[in-house]
Amino acid sequence: MKSLEDLREMRKEVEKEMQTRKNTNKPKVIIGMGTCGIAAGAREILQAVMEEMDKRDLDIEVTQTGCIGMCEKEPLMDVKLPGKDRITYGNLDKEDVKRIIVNHVINGNVVDELVIARLEE
Amino acid sequence: MKELALHVLDIAENSISAEADNITIEINENTIENYIKIIIEDDGKGIEKEILKNITDPFVTSRNTRPVGLGLSLFKAAAKRCEGSFNIESDKTGTKVKAVFKRDHIDRAPIGNVAQSLISILLWNENIDLKYIHTYDNDQFIFDTKEIKKELEDINITDSKIINWLKDYIKENISEIRGGEFN
Repeated sequence: MKSLEDLREMRKEVEKEMQTRKNTNKPKVIIGMGTCGIAAGAREILQAVMEEMDKRDLDIEVTQTGCIGMCEKEPLMDVKLPGKDRITYGNLDKEDVKRIIVNHVINGNVVDELVIARLEE
Repeated sequence: MKELALHVLDIAENSISAEADNITIEINENTIENYIKIIIEDDGKGIEKEILKNITDPFVTSRNTRPVGLGLSLFKAAAKRCEGSFNIESDKTGTKVKAVFKRDHIDRAPIGNVAQSLISILLWNENIDLKYIHTYDNDQFIFDTKEIKKELEDINITDSKIINWLKDYIKENISEIRGGEFN
C-alpha cells in the first residue's frame, strides 16, 4: 500500500521535471463542474484529462467552472490554445477527451464533430 | 446523482464558491446500526438567513446568475428517499451540511469514487485545505492536505503526477478500511 514516504520519492521526481517546464503560455482546458456537469459525468472527464497529462507528460492549465446554462450538452470542456479561438466541446465521454487532447491540444487540429461553440480570439 | 461521492463533490463546490479556506468531509459507515452519515463542513462566508430557510427548494439559490439551484435539493431528496435525514446549518463563520442514509435501503446510491471527488476539489483550488475522515465501523482513514502539502514543500499539489498518485493513495486506504472494497 502507498504511504507518505512514497510521496517524498514522487516529490523528488516532480521537482526535477519542474525545472524544465517554466512555460507561462500554456494551453488551457476548462471543464464544466456545476451540478449539471457533475450529474452528466464531468468528474470522469476531468479524470481523463489528468490521466492523459500524466501519460503524455503534458503541461496544461486545467480549470473548472460552474454551470454556464448549456446543461443539456454536459459534460462540457473548453480548449484554448495560446493565440487561437476558444473551442467548446459538448456531450463528451472519456474517449472523446483522449481524441481532443491528442488532436487539438497537442497537434492543434480542432475535432470538428464534437464542437458546440466557438469563441473568437 | 449516481454516487454519493458525486453529491459530496457538488456540495463541496458550494464551499469553494463561499470562499472557504478549509473544508472537512466526513463519511461514516456503520454496518451494525445500518446507516451512512455524510458531513460537509466549511469555514466560508455562510448563507444568508432568509435564503437558508428555503435553501433546499430548487428555486432558491444564493447565486445571482440564475434563480435555480439543484445541488442541496438533490442531496436532501436522495437522503429522504432512503429513510434518512438532512440538515443544514449556516452562519457567517461557515456552513455544515449533514445527510444520513439508511445503509441497506434499496434506493441508496453506492458511495462511489470518493478518491476522484476529493481530487476534483483539490484541482478546483489548490489553496483550499481539505480534510477527509472516512470511518467504517471501527476503522478510520484520515486524509489531510495540510499534511500532504508539508511533504510536498514547494511542489504544487495539483501537479498531474502528484494528483494521480494521491488518487491511488486515497483509493487504497479507503479499500483497506472497507475490507478490500473501494465502493
